Amino acid sequence: MMGRQISTLRVIAILLAMAFLLAACPAAAPAGSEGMTADGEMAADEEMAEEGAMEDEEKVLTILYWQAASLPGPYLSGGTKDQDAGAITLEPLANYDPDGTIVPRLAVEIPSIENGGVSEDLMSITWTLKEGLLWSDGSDVTAEDVVFTWMYCTHEETGCAASEAFLGIANVEAVDDRTITITFDSPTPYPYNAFVGANSPIISSVQFADCVGAAAQTCNEENTSPLGTGPFRIVDFKVNDVVVYERNPYHHGEPAYFDTVIFKGGGDAASAARAVLETGEADYAWNLQVEPDILRDMEAAGLGKVVSAFAGYVERVLVNQTNPHSDLGDDRSEYMDGANPHPFLTFPPIPQAMSMAIDRTLISEQLYGFAGQPTCNVIPAPLHYVSDTNDGCLTQDIDGANALLDENGVLDSDGDGIREYNGMPLKISYQTSTNSVRQKTQALLRQWWLQIGIETELINHDASVFFGGDPNSPDTYQKFYTDLQMYTTGPTIDPQQHLSNWICEQIPMRDNVWGGGNISRGCDAEYDALYEQLTQTPVGPEREALVKQLNDINVQNFYQIPLVYRGEVSAHLNTLKGVWINGWDSQMWNVGEWRR
Amino acid sequence: MPLLPAFTLSPNNPVGQYLVRRVLTIVPTLIAISFVIFAVLDLAPGDPTSALPETIRPEIRQQIRKAMGLDEPFPVKYGLWMRQFFVNEPLALIEKAFDIQIGDSESRLRVTSWGSRGVPVMDMILERLPQTLWVVGLAYVVAIVIAVPVGVVSAIRQYSVFDQVGTFISLIGYSIPTFFTGLLMILLFSVKLKWFPMIYDTNLSIADWDSFVQQLRQSAMPVAVLGFFQAATLARFTRSSMLDNIPMDYVRTATAKGFRERYVVIRHILRNSLIPVVTLIALGIPAIFSGAIITEQIFRVNGLGALLIGAIQLNDIPLVQTVTFIFAFLIVVFNLLADVVYGILDPRIRYS
Repeated sequence: MMGRQISTLRVIAILLAMAFLLAACPAAAPAGSEGMTADGEMAADEEMAEEGAMEDEEKVLTILYWQAASLPGPYLSGGTKDQDAGAITLEPLANYDPDGTIVPRLAVEIPSIENGGVSEDLMSITWTLKEGLLWSDGSDVTAEDVVFTWMYCTHEETGCAASEAFLGIANVEAVDDRTITITFDSPTPYPYNAFVGANSPIISSVQFADCVGAAAQTCNEENTSPLGTGPFRIVDFKVNDVVVYERNPYHHGEPAYFDTVIFKGGGDAASAARAVLETGEADYAWNLQVEPDILRDMEAAGLGKVVSAFAGYVERVLVNQTNPHSDLGDDRSEYMDGANPHPFLTFPPIPQAMSMAIDRTLISEQLYGFAGQPTCNVIPAPLHYVSDTNDGCLTQDIDGANALLDENGVLDSDGDGIREYNGMPLKISYQTSTNSVRQKTQALLRQWWLQIGIETELINHDASVFFGGDPNSPDTYQKFYTDLQMYTTGPTIDPQQHLSNWICEQIPMRDNVWGGGNISRGCDAEYDALYEQLTQTPVGPEREALVKQLNDINVQNFYQIPLVYRGEVSAHLNTLKGVWINGWDSQMWNVGEWRR
Repeated sequence: MPLLPAFTLSPNNPVGQYLVRRVLTIVPTLIAISFVIFAVLDLAPGDPTSALPETIRPEIRQQIRKAMGLDEPFPVKYGLWMRQFFVNEPLALIEKAFDIQIGDSESRLRVTSWGSRGVPVMDMILERLPQTLWVVGLAYVVAIVIAVPVGVVSAIRQYSVFDQVGTFISLIGYSIPTFFTGLLMILLFSVKLKWFPMIYDTNLSIADWDSFVQQLRQSAMPVAVLGFFQAATLARFTRSSMLDNIPMDYVRTATAKGFRERYVVIRHILRNSLIPVVTLIALGIPAIFSGAIITEQIFRVNGLGALLIGAIQLNDIPLVQTVTFIFAFLIVVFNLLADVVYGILDPRIRYS
């Protein structure tokens, strides 16, 4: 009797054990038959490693991203981590360099009006591929691949996260094997959005032929190991964990220095910084959102270096040009064709004095550290678009601010320490999203403004509410029911889209459900006229001058008070050479040139 | 030695009846759980496109949502998920395990992730399972091996120096959170002493002695952190259970018979004291599978816990649903198992 009881128990135990084994087995051998080749390659790698140990060690580059990659490439998953994991193997026709200049990658040269690549009417652009380009499996890269990439991403059911890059394109066609012509819906002075930068690399038309539209959802193997043309190719992609790349033997440029790249995800920013700067376990760590002091201490260990990438993001204070007073009810912060101006912030000397009282250097050094530079412009980059007429704001001048207010008759007549304008005390409300850096910035500004006789009430809202855009909430940045508010936005490499936000038509109001981008509600006819001109001016010195003028109008009208030019911080080992960190393109854009 | 209760699945047998009844109730329980999980996650606010950069326009977000099947009404989504999870996934697993093909497996839709589109959720889970079982399971084993003897000695030498020290350390163990001990260990053993790596390498395959040592080195810190925490709880539990049994009459009888202390402790007190401890251990096993979310995150062990937290951050609802459901399933099963084991170990329990 007892023997039998025990054996029943055993049966249960064995069943359980089998269940576990069954569950664990497929994991040990990834994806059935592919497991064979992967294992075979791994065995080969080990052999190579053993041989190599006699001559020289295998050269491995370890890159840490504290957000792990979900898929390589920008099309099906829009995160920076995914774009960067893709950029190690996928290439666009051209890249942006860290200064924002376009440099050819798969293309022979950058098309322009001068070399005939861009049509005079700004309606089309023609790219030519380099000769003899090969995919990482040895097959040919043709113009059809470029056309296919466009069709793939613009197919509605693909759900492409990068389709922004292809807006305004009427057609992409292959003229011959190496020539592609893109035609636009309307004249496009900046024709370089598509296929330039890590946001729109070329994928293989053969590999992805059956993965267009809804079928994209089922292409497991294609999505996780796309063919590339870059310096490395994917060997193994573990979703949300780690990607392993090897040198791509079919790469068109110089062969990469490293044999293997390991792109490891997960963990947190501080420990990623530690793994590079303090233990040296990894070569490169991305996006280190860590307190500046802690990062400086880590860097002091001497193993590595902290580097910053800047695109166009500016932390700025927006100055409400309309009256947000709560007595106005539904008319709060409504533009009403200029009939509802702000009682004192529309008088330029007041916001000017407020801007003068700010120590931007202190804010950026103390609160942003490696990730910030003081700025006086709303268009802070690329360099050829940056105006230098506003740089006076970089020096704090509280005495000057007080003098300016005194001169303009904005005085403290009742002796309570707060100035009045037309009998109205300068008491302002200032909102932003809940965030420790933003709250510290608010506190600093309030203290400086108190020194020039302006009292500030500080308000913060949870980011999901503030940026949430719910038309029923009074606390969104679009409704702007305060005198000032602060957040970050920035232009893409061509500032036209960004500048379009500040024309009169874009003022958010009840009638457009607060949909416009002109949040300060400033309206200047000269700005609108110059903007109209910009939309018809091709890339060149004339366009640069226009951008500067538009920037200056916005800043000198004090619609916005720029504070800090914000970047992204990464770190690399001192022994790693060739890193040229890039804010406009993927940080991995030149990974093929990295070496020790 | 007490006789084990009769244990066959015949309907005349009370234990058999009990088991059949319990197993049958699992089915509606699991269906109810699956519905609740699915409904809560489906109705909760949150959008997989919210993790995308702010520059992506609303129209494009809408296209992405549509491509993921978010537009379907709730019952359709639930029905589809049930079919995919209870029919297609097991079939796919069997196909993979035995390398065969059942029917038209190409067109059979599997539960796929939203974050990593096209990747079956089950494949992701199975990829993570070995790391979790190794690290968290090992920590559990280490904890049991340390905790039970410590608890026993603490109890029989109550208020001795050993007991006091043990109690103190246990107290530290379960009052300090794992993220703190983890950080301390990294700072001490990785940054200062450079003994252990702080990044767990999931691609390490154990081929020879060196790679095995490497595996031990990279597991040392997470296992220690988790093991310490678990051992502290278990040791306290073992100690108090032992203390409950020491003053019992049967212990006095056994001592009066002239048995040596060691014999009494092991054969009588420990045997009886372990009954609740074993239950506790059995109930804790699902927690091994669910991983140790924080510890995995700190040490970059890419196990199930890290998978779940990543999925939650990305609003990858199919993945969250599936992982949560599997955890629920394991908890239900191990609860049943604990009940059964309890009955086997303690003859006083009768199923009727």
